[in-house]
Order: sequence, then C-alpha cells, then structure tokens
Amino acid sequence: MGEVLVLVEQTDGSVKKVTSELLTLARRLGEPSAVWVGPGFDDAAAAALGEFGATTVYVAADESLRKHPVAPVAEVLAQLVAEKAPVAVLVASTADGKEAAGRLAVKTNSGVITDAVDVSAALVATQSVFGGSTVVHSTVTSGTPIITVRGNSVAPEAAPATPARVDVTVTLSDAAAKATVTGRTVAAKGGRPDLTEAAIVVSGGRGVGSAEGFAVIEALADSLGAAVGASRAATDAGWYPHQFQVGQTGKTVSPQLYVANGISGAIQHRAGMQTSKTIVVVNKDAEAPIFELADYGVVGDLFTVVPQLTEEIRNRAH
Amino acid sequence: MKIAVCVKQVPDTWAEKQLQAADSTLDRESADGVMNELDEYAVEEALKLVEAHGGEVVVVTMGPERAAETVRKALSMGADAGVHLVDGALHGSDALATSYALAEVLSGRGFDLVMFGSESTDARMSVVPAMVAERLGVAQLTFAQKVDVAGDTVTIQRVTETGYDTVEASMPAVVSVVEKINEPRYPSFKGIMAAKKKPVETLSVTDAGLDAARLGLSAAWTKVDDFAARPPKAAGTVVTDEGDGGAKLAGFLSEQKFI
Repeated sequence: MGEVLVLVEQTDGSVKKVTSELLTLARRLGEPSAVWVGPGFDDAAAAALGEFGATTVYVAADESLRKHPVAPVAEVLAQLVAEKAPVAVLVASTADGKEAAGRLAVKTNSGVITDAVDVSAALVATQSVFGGSTVVHSTVTSGTPIITVRGNSVAPEAAPATPARVDVTVTLSDAAAKATVTGRTVAAKGGRPDLTEAAIVVSGGRGVGSAEGFAVIEALADSLGAAVGASRAATDAGWYPHQFQVGQTGKTVSPQLYVANGISGAIQHRAGMQTSKTIVVVNKDAEAPIFELADYGVVGDLFTVVPQLTEEIRNRAH
Repeated sequence: MKIAVCVKQVPDTWAEKQLQAADSTLDRESADGVMNELDEYAVEEALKLVEAHGGEVVVVTMGPERAAETVRKALSMGADAGVHLVDGALHGSDALATSYALAEVLSGRGFDLVMFGSESTDARMSVVPAMVAERLGVAQLTFAQKVDVAGDTVTIQRVTETGYDTVEASMPAVVSVVEKINEPRYPSFKGIMAAKKKPVETLSVTDAGLDAARLGLSAAWTKVDDFAARPPKAAGTVVTDEGDGGAKLAGFLSEQKFI
C-alpha cells in the first residue's frame, strides 16, 4: 500500500483530535505517516499518533519553522512529497491547514480539494457546499491529491501501531522566511473545548440581546461540556468575541449536537452549522427559518427555557 | 505606496446558490452578483492606508463581463483605477488557475501590497491569497484583523484559533483581511459619479500574456464527479413553551443520550 501523509495539528505539543480523525481516514487510502512540524515532539505525541495507526512520524523539529507562518509547513510537505511520492496528503481544514495545502498544491503542481467531509478508498472526496445545501463528489485529476478535511467529519477509530521516528531536515527558502511571527497573543480562554473540535456547540444570536445575556448561553454550554458559538449578529454587535462566530464569514462546525438559541437561521449562519448531526433550537419566533433544521425545537423565551434546561441537566448529573 | 486589491464578484450572500448541471460550475446568472463581502473590507483597508501614507489603490478582478460592476463599486468607494481580466477561456478556472492568472497580472506592476478578503462566500476555499503569495515569492500576511505600515515594513495581527499572532514583513507582501478589521464605507453620490471617469483596463488572456492551457475547466487540477441537493431533513418536533420547555428539551437530550 502507498503512503498517505497526514499533517499533524497540535497545540503546545499535544495532538488535536482532528489528527486522529485524519489518521483513521488515511488508513482507508494506504499506510498513514504523520508529519510533525516544529518543536515539542515527544513520547506522548508518538503514542497519540501511534494509537490511530501512524506507522511513521516525520519530524521536522527546527524551531525556526514556527517563526514564519504557513510557508515552512508547505516546504516540509513539498520535500516529503518529492521524496516519498505519497498517494495523498491529508490536512485539517483549519485556516492554516488550508493555506499550507494551497501552497503545497502550487509547489507540487497538484490539485487541492478543501473542506472534505469524507474521502473514499478511491480518493473521491465528499464536500458539503453552499451551507450544506449541496453534496459534491470530486477527485484530484493532476499531481498528488491534496485534501483538507473538516474536523468532526469522521469518527476516530484506534488501530495501535508503534511509529518509527524519521527526522527531516529542511532548508527554508528565502521566500518562506519573509514573514516573521514577532509575538503571540492568547485571548483569555476558559476550560471550554475548541469550537471546531467540540462534540457539542451551544450558540447565541440576536435574541440574546446583550453581552451580559451570553452568561445564560455559557452556563448551558458548561453544563454540557460544550463550546460556545455566536451568530454574526451577536459578534457584530460586540456581545461575543469575533473568533467564536459560526457562519459563512466565521467558523464552520459540524458537532454531534448544536443548540441554537435566539438565532433566526439566515443563510449566513446556516452555512456554518447545517451539517451538525443533531440540531436543537430555542427561539421565541415560531416562524424563524432555523426551525426548518431543528430535530427538536422550543418556541419560547430563551431566558426562561435555557436556564430551566441548564438546571435540569445539572440535576440529572447528580 | 501602491496597493492592489483583488476582488471577486459572487452571487448575493443571501441567495440560495446552486451548481449547473451542464458542467458542475457555479450558476452565476440565477442570483444577483455582488462584491464578495470580505473584499469590501480589503478595499476599505487599502483606502485607509493610502489616506494615511499616500499612494494609489488599484482594484483587480477576474470574472465575466458583469464583474465590471464589482470593479466599479470599488472605484466608487474611492479606488483609483481598475484592472478586469475577462475571457471565456477563464470559465471554470479552479484556485490554482485563478492564482496563476492573478499572479501574472499583478507581477511587474510595482505593487507594495496585494490585498484580499480572506475568503469568498461562494467557494469558501480561502487558499487564493496564500497561493498568490507562493507564486509571487513574497511574504504572506493573511487573516489580518489589523494592518500597520511603517517605512517599508508591514505588520499585521493574524487571527488564530486562540487569539492572534503579530506578524511582520518587508514589502512587497500579500495581505488578506477578516471582517473584524474595519467598517467598509458606502459609496457616496460623488464617489459614484467620479467612478465613471476612472480608468479600467480590460485584459483578455492573450493581453495578459497567459497560457490558456493552464486556465479554465478543461485545465482544472480537480474535477467534480457528481453533485446533488442534500436530501431534505426530516421534520423535527417543535413544541411551544408552556413553562416546561426547558424540561422537555432535557427529555429530548436524554433520549438522544446527550445527557
């Protein structure tokens, strides 16, 4: 079987869930090899990658690779594509992942498909486009298939292996080193899961009415161990930080459960959440289009329904 | 300084979009065409930079005849000149072909900055700015929520999953912006009138010196095998809150084993 390169997504050395999803997918296509770019690779990371079937981990550990955004990652991948001739390259559909995939496509003169929700053994990618209204099957017809895959699209399945570590030395081109990261600012973040990785997302929209109103949304999210999202109306009004926006101009999420509170369901928002497995809606307007997506909906005031739900969940947990 | 802003005409954000059965490309006729929303933020940021530092803003688009409306809109906001790459041979071009064509049109024109919206609302790939930076061999400063220029250095705040990174480079550079960066201006009546007199250079594939074999649907590096409307979702249960809405919801979540 041919080799499939999987670019590892990690935060401070810990492997993100989407990587185990990609490794699971890669096993359908061939032999999964993980690609680690930057410092911080250790036994725990090797174990996390091995658990989902990585037989090789290519480690490009040079500190300088993280000093420049995106371009070095594409150069590491391009070097491996040239040396290993893999059957495909899989990358998570994050902002950085998609850009690295795009640059790699240019470097290797290969086709790139973004935001796949599935990839078959024959390398046919499934995409859910136009806010989930259309399902498209596509293939890369030229070069090495480069496919970015959305988080939460595939259930990770363990297939333990003991990966061999192969160190990779990359000499960065001048072009890749032209932009330099001079500082990193981490916004205050509670203990909530990442929006795009969370199994449950609880969102608030115009109906929340104020920044203070989001306390009700956050309380429900915390009772469920969920991430908090917001509609464009809420982030534009400054009630909730921009990076939590779900929708056409924000994040696309596909959790097991999506709880939409006080959100009307304009296409702007639907485009970011329509592929969620189960959708629950609370809205006082019975005519709101979001109810068309609901597996379960409550027509009512979110400020009475949501706290009652939170209370019920807390009681059941005891 | 000389700034290019690449803009794209897309189907109205609020319209339902669909693919055409004949060649699986986007149906651009069935909906009104508008400037891709995030590109308006890029135009605004370019205008602000030029207002602060002097220079000119050139708006660049690739698209069918009616994409000229989008160039005109940017000119009415205050951009100085336009370039419109329009040719039947471009129809169906994918991201690789688009980045090739844009990079060829942009190179050699002496731009200090090439600006983009961070993604288009139709394809949503978000890869063209990075691809253009790769092709031009210049710095990539993407997903900017803030852009500052001092001397020949440009510094941005790049939005990340957890906050932002400060990233800097010497110009020339490619910059893409997110909608948090500013509030785009509306064209004034005066701006709309002035736009009618501003120069727009219309280029064919041949004029731009492009290799037609690398453009269009037949040259695409990917192909759509098939597509279908997503099957309609089975109607769910909707109840009206009578004081027990939260409890009923908890019941549903429990049945579904979420709690």
